[in-house]
Amino acid sequence: MSRFKGADFYQIDDLFSEEERMARDSVRDWVDAEFIPIIEEHNRNATFPSELIPQLGEMGVLGASLQGYGCAGMSPVAYGLILQELERGDSGLRSFVSVQGSLCMYPIHAYGSEEQKERYLPKMATGELIGCFGLTEADFGSNPGGMLTRAEDKGDHYLLNGSKYWITNGCIADVAIVWAKLDGEIRGFLVDKGTPGYSTNTIKNKFSLRASVTSELIFADCKIPKENILGEISGLKGPLSCLSQARFGIAFGTVGSAMAVYDEALRYSQTRIQFDRPIARFQLVQEKLIWMVSEITKGQLLAWRLGRLKESGKLHHSHISMAKRNNCWMALECCRKARDLLGANGITDEYQVMRHMCNLESVITYEGTHDVHGLIIGREITGENAIL
Amino acid sequence: MIEIPAFLHWFALLAQGPGRAAAPTLQLVIKVMDIVVCVKRVAATDSQIKIAADGKSLDPAGIEFVLNPYDEIAVEAALAAKEQFGDSTVTVVTLGSADAQKELRTCLAMGADKAVLINDGGRSQDAFSTAETVADYLKGTAASLIFCGKQAVDGDESQFPPRLAELLGMPCVTEITSLTLEDGSLVAERDIEGAREVVNCSLPAVISTNKGLNEPRYANLKGIMAAKKKPLEEIEAAAIDPATSIESLSLPPARSEGKIVETVDQLVDALKNEAKVL
Repeated sequence: MSRFKGADFYQIDDLFSEEERMARDSVRDWVDAEFIPIIEEHNRNATFPSELIPQLGEMGVLGASLQGYGCAGMSPVAYGLILQELERGDSGLRSFVSVQGSLCMYPIHAYGSEEQKERYLPKMATGELIGCFGLTEADFGSNPGGMLTRAEDKGDHYLLNGSKYWITNGCIADVAIVWAKLDGEIRGFLVDKGTPGYSTNTIKNKFSLRASVTSELIFADCKIPKENILGEISGLKGPLSCLSQARFGIAFGTVGSAMAVYDEALRYSQTRIQFDRPIARFQLVQEKLIWMVSEITKGQLLAWRLGRLKESGKLHHSHISMAKRNNCWMALECCRKARDLLGANGITDEYQVMRHMCNLESVITYEGTHDVHGLIIGREITGENAIL
Repeated sequence: MIEIPAFLHWFALLAQGPGRAAAPTLQLVIKVMDIVVCVKRVAATDSQIKIAADGKSLDPAGIEFVLNPYDEIAVEAALAAKEQFGDSTVTVVTLGSADAQKELRTCLAMGADKAVLINDGGRSQDAFSTAETVADYLKGTAASLIFCGKQAVDGDESQFPPRLAELLGMPCVTEITSLTLEDGSLVAERDIEGAREVVNCSLPAVISTNKGLNEPRYANLKGIMAAKKKPLEEIEAAAIDPATSIESLSLPPARSEGKIVETVDQLVDALKNEAKVL
């Protein structure tokens, strides 16, 4: 099989700088050579390919958009294209990198003390330390502000009690960024693995993101040293600012999933013979491919513009909502059309379409559901808040 | 008295042994080596090739251009040599149009220190003029170890490395699959028909690299960021005419559709009378 070339019907490549294309191509080659050959096996066995973590560190994809502390300092668009290529491999791989970079390294970089940055960031950039992000609770998903997890100031330490659910990387993390209420206000705490009172459980039997670790975090009278609070931020805007970073990445990442299944469906339609001709010669088959390539093109342009808005400091969080919402939906619809086009063959893991489709059922829900992102846009255009 | 090879710059660090007030002794020798890699921008082998209107060249539209895969191996070998010898520089050199800057940047992102584009404005070159032009440039440098891919996957001529070595008056070891660098010399292995050859060679030398020598590294993101700040020098190519010219270029004939026969007799008949292989 020849190398993956993405989809570029509209010569969108011309909109990227040489450095952005190089970053994308380098990660694309890595995914082809190192990840694609092993992903189906990990997906079958529901294991995360942790053997690749040092390579991800070596490539520089962990915290790639951050400056200093061993991070690459890439432009927003370059970072987005990196995530596009990783998600072309699997949403679980992109999730790992998003959690490490956008949800864990970003808040330490933005809100941490110099000592915290020095302690965590260089080793997180190399993958020697893994992070997880604890905001969602079993009963508080779209409404994180209602969280029950509490921290108490005990003079020489904080005492943490509560639990977090649906936490990517939880069981393999060396440090958890945990959001909890301290005197009624949401604050961030760095909880190191092995802290007494901190334990994790694996959430099993998932149909989606099988090659990704999903966990529950439990804090029972967990003593947190005073220096482990993120001192520079309080309130819901702390975790939401991290989520904005991660959602930005998903807007690009899901374009990668869509490209993967479009590429697979296109090749299949050109070689699959029915009624003595390749099925690509049938109008209804072409219609599906046309839909896919058109929506992918629109999604690419949404993501590209999102990156340029971020670069120029004009980005509003509702822009991210539009791109995340549209591109998750678009990618999931591409999967459904591609699966249909592949017929019965599409349901086995000889083809990647069902894996991507199942993964995207998580991606369209996590980091703000499709509907909540819609209501964020609605609030922006009408001035009326329909979320509550 | 240490004999200093002309192609190496030697620095002697003088250090005193601990607790001794005696005369300083020579403790450590660090040498600086100028390593050069000659690379070429080629059409990716999975490109759909179209012949240009002149019937003698490729139509570049729709073709993806990449760094010649054997040259990637050469770059990796040069970077490994630098890592072994420490304070050395790796310079990548190419002959071509300004478009080849992309491939040079890729080499810089992999870890090369500087790049030189000998710009010929994209005019056609053959192995003769390419080797003459690159040698013309390298003669003015202190290059002591020169790596090239064993062949470019577009023309497949394998002429450049030995021609370059000849013009520079250096020994040449081609198509190596293993390399051990020592002070002032190297030992390389080559896969030859039915056997493995071990070659000893003094430096300076021209080495051409074969598959199996190493696994080229990926350009990592920090390397890509660093590459922007590394020097990419552009010089004008000397006016050297090619010694050969391409008369015409044509694609192999399209394969005709297969034929399904009903019986063995028909098959034998077709093989005998149509394919004429029996």
